[in-house]
Amino acid sequence: MSALTRKMGAASRDAYGKALVELGAEMPDVIVMDADLSKSTRTDKFGKAYPDRFIDIGIQEMNLVGLATGLASCGKVPFISSFACFLMCKGYEQMRVGIAFPELNVKIVTSHGGISVGEDGASQQSVEDFALALTLPGLAVIVPSDEHSAKSLIKQAAKLKGPVYVRTSRANSPLVYDEKTEFKIGKGIRLRQGKHVTLVGTGLLVYECLEAAEILREKGIDASVVDIHTLKPLDEELILAEAKATGAFVVAEEHLTFGGLGSVVSQYLSRALPVPVEYVGLNDTYAESGSPQELMTKYGLTSKNIAEAAVRVVSRKPSR
Amino acid sequence: MTPMASETNTSTAKVDFDRLGRVALDIRRDVIKMLGICGNGHPGGSLSATDILTVLYFNVMRHDPKNPKWADRDRLVFSKGHGCPALYSALARAGYFSTDMLLTLRKLGSPLQGHPDVRRLAGIDASTGSLGQGLSIAAGMALAARFDKKDYLSWALISDGELNEGQIWEAAAFIAFQKLVNVPTILDYNKYQLGGSCKEMLDMEPVVDKWRAFGWETREIDGHNIREIYDALQWVKAAKAAPRIIIAHTVKGKGVSFMENNNNFHGVAPTKDETQKALKELGESDAEIARILGMIK
Repeated sequence: MSALTRKMGAASRDAYGKALVELGAEMPDVIVMDADLSKSTRTDKFGKAYPDRFIDIGIQEMNLVGLATGLASCGKVPFISSFACFLMCKGYEQMRVGIAFPELNVKIVTSHGGISVGEDGASQQSVEDFALALTLPGLAVIVPSDEHSAKSLIKQAAKLKGPVYVRTSRANSPLVYDEKTEFKIGKGIRLRQGKHVTLVGTGLLVYECLEAAEILREKGIDASVVDIHTLKPLDEELILAEAKATGAFVVAEEHLTFGGLGSVVSQYLSRALPVPVEYVGLNDTYAESGSPQELMTKYGLTSKNIAEAAVRVVSRKPSR
Repeated sequence: MTPMASETNTSTAKVDFDRLGRVALDIRRDVIKMLGICGNGHPGGSLSATDILTVLYFNVMRHDPKNPKWADRDRLVFSKGHGCPALYSALARAGYFSTDMLLTLRKLGSPLQGHPDVRRLAGIDASTGSLGQGLSIAAGMALAARFDKKDYLSWALISDGELNEGQIWEAAAFIAFQKLVNVPTILDYNKYQLGGSCKEMLDMEPVVDKWRAFGWETREIDGHNIREIYDALQWVKAAKAAPRIIIAHTVKGKGVSFMENNNNFHGVAPTKDETQKALKELGESDAEIARILGMIK
């Protein structure tokens, strides 16, 4: 495989704004609401295009979720947005009783996931939203890796009957895909087939996995790279195929190592085919202020960290 | 059966208040029977809401028990979900399901869950049980009506203890600011919450002033006087310039002497003896009392 050429794309939150504007034309029942962060989440794009179906309700996340419950129970398709940490943490119990329990068709799309939020600091950086979303029964959990996957998956989420969580990012991200790529909720994507180790990433860490595979190639380690954009339902078939093919995993995510993609993948592997797994994520800590790149480096979420974890996990493989 | 349409009851002269009183008495008996047989649940807040629920479901609300998913029906978000035995009885007596089913309250597999579950029981418009959420949900339903240019109402029945919750005031501000006048709201102000009287726990007085300060029009009533309830419900649904709330002064445990204002019956069901005594007070027949007691271990 030829060396990667890094080409920057837009942030996944920008793709959300574009997806919403298209959905507004396609689906008259789509209603979009925000809690005073519409300029940051990009729901303001929908607000400009469809002012009659948009409400920026003010800074009240609990009420935001309750309003979505009411709208969905009357047949609307509400999209609610804010920063990931605010909506998932402050609105969690309302999601529990008002969305997950009654199985309502609400789309929760957040921005500012992870520590790539940057300078705003730890209180704005969501590092626990995967865990929270995953523990709401019946909620699909989606984390796109670039603008193309974000737009496609969000548009699919709108048409999926049932509650969905989507985390987007503030930072612009390198393109993993082109706009012709087809995505399917629940179906992971094998970006590269290797023999020695599988690098599983989600969100911004997918591109880091691709870069890590290049680093590993120079060390003589042939890595698979898999984008798990849907944490729930997990593409078990793809994970099992990789476990058989490589027998070792690194799971990388912009999230605490507890309760996110690492937990999901390992829980499945422990039942299906136990193999060694290493984790790249935040180790029981919040981050701080700094540029996104500085933070990703300091907190160990780069291709270099993934490659190091891969070397470790390969050394843990049982000898054949 | 024709829908129970509010427009058929425009004049007080046509309202059969005696009948409503008899329905309320039936609901009180049901509540005692359900809780007595089940052995747990919340009598106090069920009995304080009984008269309000009666006038809503048997006169004021636009709904059709034979068509519970009717798109143009009025919705009711019963935000004080723990008082659902009274709601279940009102629904059964209105014709949503058989009154026999009431006695399955809280049993494994029963549609009559400990707190209302919209997926399991026709007639329930929202799953509730976590206090503070219902007013927001009703507001969301009201927004849907506004988007669809429909004239159904999204009723909210809330409790005084719930006023402790911040979300209630988020919703109160939002509804007033958005001029959502299609969320007629009733506060079942029975003056008690689980841990004690509202005054002892977290006194929210002056309650009327708070709602007015948030931009609502208020009306205080005796929440057990059927005529007053009827008049106030006509008033609350006619909101035009601002949302309206009825502050219904009620008595926790109303109708059963030893339960009234006795907060030990907030979340504790009557014993077999207490069930007998309560049903006798409520004028239930000896034969029916014997049948019910026979179902209690």
